[in-house]
Amino acid sequence: MLRGFKQSLIVSAWFVFLTFPLMAVRVNTTEQLVEWRFQNLLWVALATFGLSYVWRYMLERKQAKKQVDELGNEKPSKTRLLMEDMSFRYKAMGALLVFALVFPLLFDSYQVNIMNLALIYVVLGLGLNISVGLAGLLDLGYIAFFGVGAYTYGLLNYHFDLGFWAVLPVGGVLGCLFGVVLGFPILRLRGDYLAIVTLGFGMIFQIVLQNWSDFTQGMAGISKIASPGLFGIDMNITGSITYIYYIMLALVVFTILVTMRLRNSRIGRAWIALREDEIACVAMGIDMARTKLSAYALGAFWAGMIGVLFAAKQAYINPASFGFMESAIVLSIVVLGGMGSILGVILGAFILILMPEYLRAFAEYRMLAFGAAMVLMMIFRPQGLISNIRQKYEYQGNDLKEKTENG
Amino acid sequence: MAEKHKFLEVKGLTMDFGGLRAVDSVSLEVCEGEIAALIGPNGAGKTTFFNCVTGIYTPTKGDILLHPKGQPTRRLNGLKPNKVTEMGLARTFQNIRLFSDMTVLENVMIGRHCRTKSGIFRSIVRGRGMREEEQQIVESSYELLKKVGLAEFSNDFAKNLPYGAQRRLEIARAMATDPFLLLLDEPAAGMNPQETADLDQLICKISEEDRIAILLIEHDMKLVMNISNPIYVMEYGKKIAEGSPQQIKDNPKVIEAYLGEETEDA
Ligand SMILES: Nc1ncnc2c1ncn2[C@@H]1O[C@H](COP(=O)(O)OP(=O)(O)OP(=O)(O)O)[C@@H](O)[C@H]1O
Ligand SMILES: [Mg+2]
Repeated sequence: MLRGFKQSLIVSAWFVFLTFPLMAVRVNTTEQLVEWRFQNLLWVALATFGLSYVWRYMLERKQAKKQVDELGNEKPSKTRLLMEDMSFRYKAMGALLVFALVFPLLFDSYQVNIMNLALIYVVLGLGLNISVGLAGLLDLGYIAFFGVGAYTYGLLNYHFDLGFWAVLPVGGVLGCLFGVVLGFPILRLRGDYLAIVTLGFGMIFQIVLQNWSDFTQGMAGISKIASPGLFGIDMNITGSITYIYYIMLALVVFTILVTMRLRNSRIGRAWIALREDEIACVAMGIDMARTKLSAYALGAFWAGMIGVLFAAKQAYINPASFGFMESAIVLSIVVLGGMGSILGVILGAFILILMPEYLRAFAEYRMLAFGAAMVLMMIFRPQGLISNIRQKYEYQGNDLKEKTENG
Repeated sequence: MAEKHKFLEVKGLTMDFGGLRAVDSVSLEVCEGEIAALIGPNGAGKTTFFNCVTGIYTPTKGDILLHPKGQPTRRLNGLKPNKVTEMGLARTFQNIRLFSDMTVLENVMIGRHCRTKSGIFRSIVRGRGMREEEQQIVESSYELLKKVGLAEFSNDFAKNLPYGAQRRLEIARAMATDPFLLLLDEPAAGMNPQETADLDQLICKISEEDRIAILLIEHDMKLVMNISNPIYVMEYGKKIAEGSPQQIKDNPKVIEAYLGEETEDA
């Protein structure tokens, strides 16, 4: 502890020295005067000292925890125990659902609209979570599938006047098809190569959208896209936002249900095994091509569906919404929330989408904060906010043990 | 010997890596009920031989024939590893390749993948058939864990198991694919004498109770001489001897290539 104190003192002295010309000296050129602002230096010293101290403390704590883990007798933390408690989980989920249902009644349409955006990213995150979090296929061009969905609705609505509900499944299926088509050439790739190729696909997609003006209407985009209909009832703007909110909510619940079931199934296990060790996986009789393609295509399916909803919500789409930045945000959501963890991804989406909305004042520093948060996460919590809990077989396993012990 | 059913028949298998001939026209047979062993000094090409048979490499030359009982003969050359496993030939790895972030039970459950069939749609609907299949997977996997003596660890992560236990888990995982022939690559590596003795028993049990033929690579001479017959010896990619343990012990070529070093050391 004393050493940490000394080290922090040195760090803060060093920073004072470094920032001295910047913070302490100000030359007033009009009056040919030099102002000395020593109190600034005091602030620098205090801040760096504090930060350095906290930093050291956190690192030490992490080290200590790691040692405990290596000894093998790690105690599950309280939050973890709480999360594994089924009855608590059901209660918490019920409460959340009720809150989600009454949300539009409690808040104005501005808030609901922001929430809609966050929910879009929840679905995107959950979809990407299938390929990145479960199957370990790093995909940097994921947003392209979202774009496929959005343009499917945009174009079909523009040319053929098709309605939202008719196009919703079409968007999902088209996204899925694109996933399969793009999936084939990248089956043999792994890790970095896969990341770069998918990044390329994402870029190509956006460039095609921008330049194939005859088909996509280029940079001008598609406007006046119809919002979802409800038995032909006319809705004002607030009503329409609320309606979209409920559609979104249903889609989110549907996505959660499906991904949860998939994860705890034969297919989901194969995905996870593929992530862990490809060679062992094929040697155990798992068809790698099929398993990879299914993960990729299913991820794309959700992106396509939610893309349709995005187009309906915005009423206007253009290529700018489907760039690398959006892919990066979705990926950050998955990484920040915790790879493979459904709850983590939801939390990650809310943090990354809602924070910038509510902290508009800091909008300029948004990317800076993103970067800093990511670096800190990688150092202190590489597994993400919430690490993946797999409990299903544990219960059945325990069950079984009791059964066999009794009988 | 002659009337025994041959499960695996390898003829003149050759594998080149660029200019290096890692396996040089090796022929070998494994019959029903046998525990065959493949031995040889480091770098002799034993693991490469396994990789060719299980489809991880495509051999340069030679034939790998599998004769499942009551089914037509299949040539394994160029088949994908998962197809080979589906045909009833499972393996373990010399450098342990478990799914380290999955539980011990889940590792074995993966082995059941190729014998079960719930697809995406059935997994989402989660109907009765799917749930029953799932329960069956859990139960049969748990039985296998009991067999290899790992039942108490079933909910631990595979990476937290001690070394010897990881090797046994690999065996359980391979057995979950319902093989009739099991290839074990140095199953006793890194085990202490007690663990090796247990493994000895386990391998005999698998051979007798489950009627699974076994081909094992091993450096532990005591284990090999105890339980396996026939024994094949490789050196520099070539097969230099084959026969019963006694024949191998007395073979001057083998003594020179392999056992000779050991007796000098001792
Ligand atoms: N993928 C590969 N590419 C190139 N050379 C290889 C490859 N795999 C193995 N070899 C070479 O083939 C030879 C045989 O290796 P192999 O691993 O089969 O030996 P081994 O008999 O299993 O040895 P050990 O007892 O140490 O496990 C070695 O010289 C090795 O360097
Ligand atoms: Mg080897």
